[in-house]
Parts: sequence; structure tokens; C-alpha cells
Amino acid sequence: MNASEKLATELSLKFSDSVLTQQQTADEVATFWVDKTEIIPVLNYLKKQSAEPFPLLYDLFAIDERSRADHKTHPSKDFTVVYHLLSFTRNQFIRLKIALGGEYPSAQSITHLWPSASWYEREVYDMFGIRFEGHPHLQRILMPLTWQGHPLRKEHPARATEMGPFKLWDEKVDTEQAALEFKPEQWGLQRHSDDADFMFLNIGPQHPGTHGVLRIILQLDGENIIDAVPDIGFHHRGAEKMGERQSWHTYIPYTDRIDYLGGVMNNLAYLLAVEKLAGIEVPDRVKVVRVMMCEFFRIASHLVWYGTFAQDLGQLSPVFYMFTDREKIFDIVEAVTGGRMHPNWFRIGGVAQDLPKGWDKLVAEFIAYFPKRLKEYHNMVMRNSIFKARTVGIGIYTLEEAIEWGVTGPGLRACGFDWDMRKKQPYSGYENFEFEVPTAQNGDCYDRALVREQEMIQSLRIIEQCLKNMPEGPYKSDNPHSTPPLKKNTMQDIETLINHFLNVSWGPVIPKGEAMSCIEATKGWNSYYMVSDGNTSPYRSRIRTPSFPHMQMLPYITKGYTVADLLSILGSMDYVLADIDR
Amino acid sequence: MSETLTYWIVIIGILFVLLNVAALLIWVERRMLALWQDRLGPNRAGPLGLFIVLADTLKLFFKEDWTPPFADRNVFVMAPAVVVICVLLSFAVIPFAPNIQIVDLNIGLLFFLGMSSLGVYSIVLGGWASNNKYSLLGALRGASQMISYEVFMALSLMGVVMLTGSFSLHAIVEAQKNCWFILLQPVGFVIFFIAGIAETHRLPFDIPEAESELVAGFHSEYSGMKFGMFFIGEYLGITLISAITVALFFGGWLGPAFLPPIVWFIIKTTGFILFFILLRASLPRPRYDQLMEYGWKVLLPLSLLNLLVTGGIILLLNQP
Repeated sequence: MNASEKLATELSLKFSDSVLTQQQTADEVATFWVDKTEIIPVLNYLKKQSAEPFPLLYDLFAIDERSRADHKTHPSKDFTVVYHLLSFTRNQFIRLKIALGGEYPSAQSITHLWPSASWYEREVYDMFGIRFEGHPHLQRILMPLTWQGHPLRKEHPARATEMGPFKLWDEKVDTEQAALEFKPEQWGLQRHSDDADFMFLNIGPQHPGTHGVLRIILQLDGENIIDAVPDIGFHHRGAEKMGERQSWHTYIPYTDRIDYLGGVMNNLAYLLAVEKLAGIEVPDRVKVVRVMMCEFFRIASHLVWYGTFAQDLGQLSPVFYMFTDREKIFDIVEAVTGGRMHPNWFRIGGVAQDLPKGWDKLVAEFIAYFPKRLKEYHNMVMRNSIFKARTVGIGIYTLEEAIEWGVTGPGLRACGFDWDMRKKQPYSGYENFEFEVPTAQNGDCYDRALVREQEMIQSLRIIEQCLKNMPEGPYKSDNPHSTPPLKKNTMQDIETLINHFLNVSWGPVIPKGEAMSCIEATKGWNSYYMVSDGNTSPYRSRIRTPSFPHMQMLPYITKGYTVADLLSILGSMDYVLADIDR
Repeated sequence: MSETLTYWIVIIGILFVLLNVAALLIWVERRMLALWQDRLGPNRAGPLGLFIVLADTLKLFFKEDWTPPFADRNVFVMAPAVVVICVLLSFAVIPFAPNIQIVDLNIGLLFFLGMSSLGVYSIVLGGWASNNKYSLLGALRGASQMISYEVFMALSLMGVVMLTGSFSLHAIVEAQKNCWFILLQPVGFVIFFIAGIAETHRLPFDIPEAESELVAGFHSEYSGMKFGMFFIGEYLGITLISAITVALFFGGWLGPAFLPPIVWFIIKTTGFILFFILLRASLPRPRYDQLMEYGWKVLLPLSLLNLLVTGGIILLLNQP
């Protein structure tokens, strides 16, 4: 009996069949349809009562099912809300779905079960118009407050050209301005306390410390933060909506730009889901090449974080040294892929080209060069006593709090929990590599920095193993869904010719189904949940990014610290706005 | 007549040199920072990029001289002038060479301390008049930082005064003929220099500006030449603290006779200016309360102790 069946048995003992029905999906995640009135008891059982609980709300999103090709046979006719939970003890995801009927349906809010559900439910409301009863502050989150319509509904246009010319009348300027005004009462914030008047300081969307268009409104007593309200969505580009319009293949470049420091690592998260759907097994060489490039991007991303973190704390020089090193990584990336930050290099079933001649020399040079530099940075930054004074004991959260708020990646490991998806649920052949999972104990800003710093050393170890054990073989799977498909048999075999013709004219048609990937990305766990209704483009593409829940936690961890500490906390969080807003 | 003329020449000469030095520091700082940060820095305009000084100054002059409508206009205009005036006046008592000093006041050191205390008004008024929350936070930080560091800046110098028996800077330099005070007053020097950095609010003590937190702190709303005044004031401040440090602890113009005294003074001062820039290239910024804690709990007791020990030793040695 595998884990999924075990879970199904456990749940069927607890809940009747009318409450719970299982669905088969293309991935290994156990999926259940739950009666929408019973979702709270089921979630409550899974989180609190089960012997091996699911304490982490991994993702929450919705699907507009109304124009799905396999509509008729599907349990949900209008909208589906999907909950992803993770159990650490079982090392298993569970997917729960509720079917909602009607034009603008509503569901029960689960914010009292998981505080981190708040932003996810706001996003669902914003994108689909689904209301959540009992949500403390159901308001748009990614779109402007003045937006008309809900973008991820199928009837909402995807192109600006479908929406008529844009005119900025004076009136519109006024309403937009008024919508941006912050009214503390709306957020339940007081303007005065018994002995002080609070100041509301608007940080961003244009501010040197926020690394992008992030707005945070601080409630201050002197320099002490009483509360904070992050306002996101300024970087929202509708990446999920674009997925529904692009072909499976042409969506890859959009993924590059989600965590824009992660480069090809985003491709991997997307492609793992697509390859599960299409049942593509990639050759060993592809796996190792992908791992190598991903680890290069992990180092590159961590270097940017390292430098800008030091810069946020006033140390001006490290960022220049680290960007110089990042250039060295980009030299290799450029030699291999032809691109730099967004190489768009992975393909369905493989990579775009084979490694170029002499790649091994470049990689070997970097492996010889980099550890010395890391040691120097350690002395320059991590051992600096002012740096320590600014980060040790600042922005602490415990492991329980981290799990409650959906913190993943280095932020989770800084609380002393060695959960790394590359080890626990290996993908793309990570099980064949030797590396350690760095952890730290205190969960403060310094520890988060320490974990990332150590991770770079481990990434380098992985790259070294890739260099030494690069398997020979094809750089692309011979599955007909691989893009572009292999051409070698097209002149002999009619089936291959047809596949090739269709694939290069339409793009591949991925079989019906649903699948989720989960990778250990640079900033935490990154997932793509792809729904195919047997078409040339995804029916729904859901991108779960790590920065979103991390930013949601900000008010909780900044309370009681000062404005200067806010910068330490933001810096140690390592987010990019594109990763939050998508 | 000739005496008056000499005075005028010295005054105008010093003013001219100082303003040029302050402008030149734009280039020095950017090139040196670049050198330490593996970059090139401005190297396009003119030989070694020297004309960047000209370009920067012209740019400041031609920028719109903007006063925000919500600002307190008079105070807003006055604030940047205060810092430049205070720093320039302080230079009046600096002994550049035995015969180059505008006025040798017998309370020279006190005059310098007084002037640098007045400089804090510029930050407070500028931050207040801007009517901007970031400026206000910067001004608050600036005021508390400078007032607290003022206290032991003065105390740390009393050792030097005791050794010399005079507040006159000329006399203090003369008193170092045999031995520079850095050897007799190392603790005093360290404390004074730290307080000096805080006084000029340079990194790591640039808390009133704290770019990543407060945008530009107390001068967020300033632009054009009014911002230029703060800018020049900062560089003049660096030059002042360096010059004073040299005069008080490093024997001022004193040095082997193969170079004229003024050259010795300039060399030593340049060294300290470069050290200021190096600090900016290397250290992060402590938090505001940490800085205050460090000042009141470490530096103040230390400077008092220094005073006590120095006094005790002088008493002991002077016993008949």
C-alpha cells in the first residue's frame, strides 16, 4: 500500500464517501474532492487531529472550470478552490478540492486555521471574484483597488488590445490617487494610543531599501514599529493568465521572469510539471545539465542577496565584489545558453542545445576560484561585529511559527529544520548527489544569512559532481512531446513526421490531466500546478512562489523592532517582487 | 596697511583653497571608493576624470532651485547655509603652518567645539522645515547623535589641553615639538576621531541619512545648490576634522625640514581624509540606539577615565 492509498484509507475511516471522493491525477499527490460545507472539518482534522498531521498550508488557489474541454465529466462545473497541504512526518502532499457553483460563488474562509491563508484567499477573491466568508479583510491584493473584473476568470480579456484604448482622465487620476491613500482604520490600526500619536510612514513603492516596487505602511511610535501593512501587486504582470494564452512551449520564457534571479531554475519547476503530465522521462545527461545550471543560478541569486543585504545595512563594498563574481557565473551561463539572466534554455523533455565544447574548463575554473572568495566574504560580512549587531536576535521566528505562516527554503532551515526538497522529495536526479543541508538554530536574520552562505558552498559541491560525472547521451528526450521534437526519423516514419509537423506548427498537445511540481528554488519552494484539458496551451497554470507567504509574514515578525531592523528583516528574507506578484 | 593686506590674502587664500578642496573631494571620494570596490569610477571627463568636479558643480548650479510648497520656506533656505558657515568659521582657528592661521584665539579649541555644536542646527532645522516624515526621522536621529557625541568629543580633548596648558591651537602644535600627542593621548585620539566621524555623519555614523532606510534622511527634500551646500558642508566637515586631528595629535605642521611646514600639514590631513573614505568603503552602519549606547556607555566613561588618568599623571610628574 503506498502513501496515497494509506491516506485515502485513513480519511475514508474518518469521513463518509459523500464528503470525500478521490481523484486520479498525473502527479503523485493524493487528491480528494471534498464537500464544500465539510472543508473546515477535513482541514481541521488534517492539521490538528491526524496522528501524522499536515501542518503546512502550501498553496491555495482557484480554477475557473467553466470553459474546460472535459467539462461534462468533471465534478466541478463552475469554480474549484484547491488546497495544498504538506505533512513533514509523512513527507507527503495532499490536495483537497471543493466545487463551487454559480457566477460569483463563496466559500468558507480558513484564516482561523492558518493565518497564512489570508493573502491566498485575497488573491483568489481578486482573481476570480470568489468570496470567503469569515475573512477578516477580503480586499483586492494584486490588482489595483479600482480594477474592474477579476482577471483569471475566463471571460476577462487577456490582452490590452481587447480592452479598448486606455485614457487617463483627470477624474481617473483622482480616483486612482484616492484609492492609494492609506486609511489606518480600514486595517484596524489606531491613530493614537493612550500616551502617543502614531506616525504612519509610507515606505515605497519607490524606496531604496525595498528592492523593487513594494509598498509597506508602517505604524510608528518614534522609530518603533507598532504594525506594518505590506501593499503588493505593483509588479503583477499576470503570468498565470498568460499561461492560458501561450502554448506549452512558448510559456517557458515567462517562467524565467518569475523569480528573476533564479533564471533557468524557474524553467525547471514548470517543466517538471509538464513532463509529469506528458509522461516524459528525460535522459540522464539532461538531468545533470539541468541540475548544474540550476545550482549556478542558486549561487548567482544568493550572491545578489548577499551583496544587497550588506548594502541595506550600510556596507557599500561587498555588493560590488559579489556582482563581479556573479558576472563570472554569467560568463559560464552565457557560454552554455547564450543568455544571461533569463536564458530560457530548458525545453520540454530536455534542454535547448548540448553543452558547448570547453564548458568543463570554464566550470572547473570557477570551482577553483570561488571558495576563496566566499571565505573572504565571510570575513568581510558575516564576521563583522556591526553586521552581527544588526542581525543577531533580529526578526526571530520559531519553527512552529515558520510552518504556520508557510515559510519555506532557507528561512525554514534557519529555524533548525533540515527540510530540503532536493533531499526529501528529490527531482531531476538530486538523489544521486552528495551534499549537506545547512541549518542554523535561532531563526534570526543572522542565521538566515548563514544558511544561504553555506548553501553556496554546497551548490558548488553539486556543480563539481556534475562536472566530474557528466553522463554522455542525448540532450533531449525522444518522446514526441519534447520541444522541438527530434527530427532524425521524420523522413522514414509517418508518425514521427506528423508529430514533428504538429509540434512545430501548433506546439505540443499535452494529454489531459493535472500535475504539480515542487522544487527547492533559490528563495524557497517553487511549484507549478498545470491543468491540461488536452489542448495546445495550459487550461490553468498556477505558480506557487516562496516570496508570497514570506512577505505576508512581515507584519508578524517586524512588530516591536525599529525602522532600521525592518531593513535587516527585509534583507534576510530574500524576496524579489516578481516572485511575490507574478 | 601691509598687515591688513596679509590678513585679507590669508583669509581669501584659505577660503579659496578650502572650497576647491571640498569640490575636489567629490572626485577623490568617487575614485578612491571605486578603487577599493574593484570599479573604475568617473574616468571619462578630462585627465583621470578630474573634470567630474566641474561637471558636478555645474550640474548643482543649473538644477532647479526647488522649495517644496509644504516646506517652511525661510528655515528651509537657511538650514543648508548654517552648516557651511559653521564649518568655514571653524577653519579660522586652524594653524595650517606657523604663519598661516587666520586668528590664533586663546580659546581656539573651544571656538572649534562651539562651532561644530552649532552645526547641528542645520540638520535639525533642515529636517524640520522640510515637513517630510523621512526628513523628520533623520533630523531626530541627527540631533540626538550629534548632541551626545559632542559631549565626549570635548572631554576627549581635555587631555591635550592639560598637557599643553592652553586652548590655543597654535600653542598645542608648538607643544608637540618633542613628542606628538598621539603617543601621550592615544585613547583621547581614538575617542576624538570616532566622535569626529559622528560629527560629520559619515559612514558608519551616517544614521541621519541612512540611505537604505530613510531615503536621504534630513536632506530628502533638498535639491540644486541647497543640496549642494549640505554636500559641500559634509566634505568641508571631513577636511575640518582631519585638520583638527592633525593639529591636536599629529604635530600639525611639524615634520622634517626637507619639506615646508604647510606641505607636512597637507600630507597628514590628506591621509585622514582618505581614511574617512576607506571607512565608508568598509563598514556597515550600526543601528541608531546601538550608536547611542556605544557613546554613552563606552566612550563617555572611557573619556572620563582618560581625563582622570592624564590629570593624575601630570600632577604626579609636576610634584616638586
